[in-house]
Amino acid sequence: MSTYKNDYLEYTIEDNIAIISVNQINEPANLYSFDFIHHFYEAGQKALADNTIKGIIVTSSRRMFMAGGDLRMLSKPIEDPKVFFDGMMEIHKKMRSLETGGKPIVAAINGIALGGGYELTLNCHHRILINHPKIKIGLPESKVGLLPGGGGTAKLPYLTGIQKGLTYLLQGKELRPQQALADGLVNELATDKEDMMLKAKQWIEQNPNVIQPWDNKKYRIPEGGFWSPTGVQTIIGANGNVSKMTHGNYPAQRYILSIVHDGIQVPIDRALEIEARYFTKIVSTKEAKNIIRTGFFGIQAAKKGKSRPKDQAAYPIKKLGILGAGMMGAGIAYVSAKAGMDVILKDTTLDLAERGKSYSKKLLDKAISRNRSTPEKATALLERIQTTTEVQPFHDCDLVIEAVFEDPNLKDKVTKETEAVLSEDKIYASNTSTIPITLLAKSSARPENFIGIHFFSPVDKMPLVEIIVGEKTSDKAIAAAVDYTTTIGKIPIVVNDSRGFYTSRCFGTYISEGMFLLEEGVPAAMIENIARKKGMPVGPLAVHDEVTITLSKHVYESNPDPKRPYQKRLHKLVLDLIESGRTSKKDGAGFYDYPKGEKKRLWTDLQEKYNSKYDTLDEATIAKRLLHFQALESFRCLDEGVIRSVIDGDLGSVLGWGFPIYTGGSLSYIDYVGIQKFVAECDDFAQRFGERFTVPDRLRALAEANKSIHDFDK
Amino acid sequence: MEAYIYDALRTVRGKGNKKGALMGNTPTDLATQVLVALKDKHDLDVTQVEDVMLGCVTQAKDQAANIAKSAAQQSGYGDHLCGVSLNRFCGSGLEAINQAAAYIKAGFRQLIIAGGVESMSRVPMGSDGAGFLMDPAQAISGHIVPQGISADLIATKYGYSREDVDKFAYESQMRASHAESNNYFISRIPVKDINGINVLNTDENIRPSTTLEGLTKLNPSFEAMGAMAGFDAVAIDRYPEVEVMNHVHHAGNSSAIVDGAACTLIGNEAIGKTLGLKPRFKIRAAAIYGTDPTIMLTGPAPASEKALKQAGMTISDIDLFEVNEAFASVPMLFMEKLGVDHSKINVNGGAIALGHPLGATGCMLTGTLMDELERRDLNIGLVTLCIGGGMGIASIIERV
Repeated sequence: MSTYKNDYLEYTIEDNIAIISVNQINEPANLYSFDFIHHFYEAGQKALADNTIKGIIVTSSRRMFMAGGDLRMLSKPIEDPKVFFDGMMEIHKKMRSLETGGKPIVAAINGIALGGGYELTLNCHHRILINHPKIKIGLPESKVGLLPGGGGTAKLPYLTGIQKGLTYLLQGKELRPQQALADGLVNELATDKEDMMLKAKQWIEQNPNVIQPWDNKKYRIPEGGFWSPTGVQTIIGANGNVSKMTHGNYPAQRYILSIVHDGIQVPIDRALEIEARYFTKIVSTKEAKNIIRTGFFGIQAAKKGKSRPKDQAAYPIKKLGILGAGMMGAGIAYVSAKAGMDVILKDTTLDLAERGKSYSKKLLDKAISRNRSTPEKATALLERIQTTTEVQPFHDCDLVIEAVFEDPNLKDKVTKETEAVLSEDKIYASNTSTIPITLLAKSSARPENFIGIHFFSPVDKMPLVEIIVGEKTSDKAIAAAVDYTTTIGKIPIVVNDSRGFYTSRCFGTYISEGMFLLEEGVPAAMIENIARKKGMPVGPLAVHDEVTITLSKHVYESNPDPKRPYQKRLHKLVLDLIESGRTSKKDGAGFYDYPKGEKKRLWTDLQEKYNSKYDTLDEATIAKRLLHFQALESFRCLDEGVIRSVIDGDLGSVLGWGFPIYTGGSLSYIDYVGIQKFVAECDDFAQRFGERFTVPDRLRALAEANKSIHDFDK
Repeated sequence: MEAYIYDALRTVRGKGNKKGALMGNTPTDLATQVLVALKDKHDLDVTQVEDVMLGCVTQAKDQAANIAKSAAQQSGYGDHLCGVSLNRFCGSGLEAINQAAAYIKAGFRQLIIAGGVESMSRVPMGSDGAGFLMDPAQAISGHIVPQGISADLIATKYGYSREDVDKFAYESQMRASHAESNNYFISRIPVKDINGINVLNTDENIRPSTTLEGLTKLNPSFEAMGAMAGFDAVAIDRYPEVEVMNHVHHAGNSSAIVDGAACTLIGNEAIGKTLGLKPRFKIRAAAIYGTDPTIMLTGPAPASEKALKQAGMTISDIDLFEVNEAFASVPMLFMEKLGVDHSKINVNGGAIALGHPLGATGCMLTGTLMDELERRDLNIGLVTLCIGGGMGIASIIERV
C-alpha cells in the first residue's frame, strides 16, 4: 500500500513526492517523542526505499506544526541514564540516515514549530514557513530549564552563525516568520498552505542532489566559524554573560554553551553525541525538574483554574466595576477591557477617572508602535472603559474591585455605597495588599460575597494574582475570583486571610533578614551581591528602598504582631534609619544614594554605622539566612493553612516576589537544599541567630520521615 | 650541587604591533640572535651545551612546533643541541631558568641555555586559543575573567585609585628612561637583519616624555569588556564584598605588548672550570604558588614568601626585587603584602615602560637584576611574576 496513516502521521504521495503529514490523533497537539520519531523514521525510510519517489515533504495536518517535546515524559525520573542516552543516540542515528539518504526533504511548516517541532525540520534540507503573524518558530527549551536535544543545539549555529545561534538557544527566543527568514532559521516564506506546498514541490524538483550544511565541507558558518576572531570573542563573551545571567544556578545555559563549544569543532555525528550526553544530564538535574514543575505544569494548572472550588458554576463577567482610578485601578481596567469586559472606572473626580483610563491609551499606543496591536483594536478596547464619579452605573456589574487608598475608613465608606446599588448575588472584591479581608468584610452586608483580589504592580506586567479568602467568603466568590483572574490571563493562587496574606508576609522576611545581617556587621555590598548570586532579582536592601523603609514602619505600627519579636527588632532599625533621613529610593536616600543620572551607590555611612567587616560571616551562611528564612515562612503559611498547596506557595514566591525558579519556589527550595539538611541548618540558625529560624513541628516530622516537601499535600 | 648562572643576555624589545621594529624578525630569529651572541661573547665551546629550554606562551603559528629546537638548530651550535619549549604563561622565562637549575642541581645535566622568546607582533596573544577562557566547563565554574579584569579587581579590592596606579606607571617610565640614558642595560644586544644591519638598538617602548597628566587622560581598557561581556558581574560573584568594579588600568599603566628574546647560561661548577667561565650568580631558591584564578594575579607575594622560606631567608635579606609590572596593581599589591619599599623594587623600571614579551620576561628580569646588583655591588635579588590562571613564580639569586 503506497499511502497509510497511523496514530502519528499520514503518508501520501503526490506527483512522485512523499508527503509525511504529522497528525498525532491521540494528543492535544503534535509532540516530539521517542514513539513519534520511530514512526516518522519508518515513513521516511519507506520514501527513501521507493524508487518512484523523488523527495519528501514533511508537514502537519494540525493547525500547529508541532508544539515541542513531551514534557510529561521529560519530567519523569530517568531510571538509567545509559538507556536514555542510547535512546537519544538512536533518534540521532535515525534522523541522520534520513537526511543523508540522498533524497531532498523539505519541511513545509504550516504552523507553530517550537522545540522538538523546529528540530524535526532541521533534519530537512529546506524549510518553508507560512508567513502569518501568529506563527512562530524557535527553540524555547532553555526557558523550562532544558536544552534542545533533538539536534537543535548542535545544528542551529551552522544556520544562524555562532553568535545569533547562542542568543536564540540561551534565551529560548521564539521568532516570527520574517525574523526567522532573516536569521536563517528558514529558507523561504510562503503566503499560505497552497503556496507552501507548491514551493516545496518545486524545490524538490529543482534540487535532486542535497547535502546538509553540517555535512558540506565547502559550507562556511555565517560570521565565521569557531576559531575565527568573531567565534573566539563570541564564546568568551558568552561565558561571561551566561555567568552574569545565571550566576551558575541554571545548568541548561551552561550545557548549551558547552555543546556549541565542544560540538561545533567536530563532525556533526560526534556533535550530536555530545549533545545527547548533555541532554541526558540536563533532564536529570533538579533544576530542570523544578523549573518544569513550577514554571510549566504549575502555571498551566493554575491558569486552568486548579484552585477553583469544584462544584461551583462558571461565573462569567461581562461588566466589571473598579473603584479608584489610581495606578492599580488603571491597570486593572486595562487588563480587564483587554479581555473583552466592559469596565466602569470610578474616582472622586472625572478628571482623575479619565487619567486612569489614559493609562490604557498609553499602553495601547506603545503596543501599536511595536506592532502588537492595531488602532481599531485600541479604539474598541478604550470604548469598553467608561469613566464615572457616580456609583449608580455599578448596579449591573458582575464584579466590583475596590482599589482605593489603603485606609480602612475610606474602604468602609465605598463598600457600603457600592453595595447599596450592586445586585445581591454579585461579587465585591478589594485589592488591598495589607488590610485583612475579614476586617474589611465587616463593612459588608453580604460578607459571603466579599473577597480579596490582590494584584501586583504594574498590573499589566505582573502575572500573579493573590485571591484572599475572608472568614465568611463563599466558594461562589472564590470561583468568581478565579474565573475572573484566568479570564484576564493571570495566574491565581488562593490564600486564606492572614497578616500580609502570603506574598507580602514571606517577602517581608527577606527584607528583614537583609537588615539583620547589616546590623550584625555584614557589609551591605556582600548582602546585596550574595542575594543576587543566589538568584534573587534584587538585593534585600535595594528592594527595601523600593518599597520604602517608611512602609516597613507603617506596617509594623498599624498591626504589630506579638508572635514575631523579630519584627520589633526590624522596627527599631527602621526608625533609626528614618531618623537619619534614609527613607526610600523615591526620596533619593535609603540604603543607597541615588545621584541624578548615575547608578545608585550604597550609602557610604553604612559601613561605620553598622561597623561592617568583611569577615563577619561566611558567604554560605549569609546566603542561607536570606533564603532559608523565606522558605521557613512559606512553610509556616502552608502549616497554618494560609496557602492551600505546595505548588501555590511555589508559584506565589516565584511570580510574586521573584524567588528563584531553579529551586522550584520557596517551598520546593526545602527539597532543593535537602529537607534534613535544611532542618539541621535552621536548628543551628535558631541557636545562633534567633527563634525566627525555629523549625515547625510538621516540617521536622516530614524530615524525620525522610519525606519530600511535596508529601505535605498528601 | 649548586646551579650557577654564568651569564645572561637579552635582545632589545620592539613594540609588539604592526609598526613595531621587530615585526620583520621571526621569533625563531630573535631567539637565535641571543644564542649566537652568547656563543660569540664567550667563545663558547658549544659542544658542551646540551639543551635549550625556552619559555614561550603563545605556541602557535611561528612559535608552534617547539620553537626552542628551531632556535637551537638555527643557532649553529650543532645537531647535538636539543630544545624544549615551556609554557607557564608569564612565568615561562623564569620557569625555564628554574627547571634548568633543577636539572643541574640533580646532576642530570651540566650546561643548559635557559630563556624565553615571544613575538607578540607576529603571534598575537590568544592565537593559540584558550581552554580555560573559552571552554564553558572551565570558564563558568571557575569564575574566569580576562586578566585586565583581574588587575582591576585587585585595585578595587585593595583600594588603589586611578591616581595611585598612574603614579606608579609614571615612576616606571622615569626609572627606565634614567637607566637607558645611563647605559645600565649592559647585557642587552641590538637585533640585526640578515645583512647585519641593526634593526633596533634600544628598547622601543620607553617614553621619557611621559607625564602624569598625559596618563590621566587615557581611557580605561577593561571597562567596556567588564560591562558588555558580563565579566564585572563574574568578578563580583566571586568577590561579593566589591560593590562596583573600579576600572583603573589602561594602556599606560599596564605592561606594554612587545617582541624580544633572552637567555641565560646555567651550569654546574665543574663545567665552568672546564670551559674557563666565571659564574656570576647562583640560584638559591625557586618557588611557585597557586592562587584563586579569578583575581589571578596575586601570586608574587606568596610565591616569594615560599622562596624565602626555601632559602632560609627573610624579606630583609633581599637587596633588590624585580616584580613584573603586568599591571600597576600587581607590584603595588606585592609591596603592600610584603612591606617592601618602592625604592627596592624595579629600580630600572619595569614592563610598563619596557614591555612584557610574555615568554621571555622572566629571563629578562633576571638579567636586569643581575646587572643592577653588580652595578650597585649588592648580593641578593628576588625575581617574581604573576601568572595567568592564578599562579605566582619567584626565584632568589645570589652573587658568587
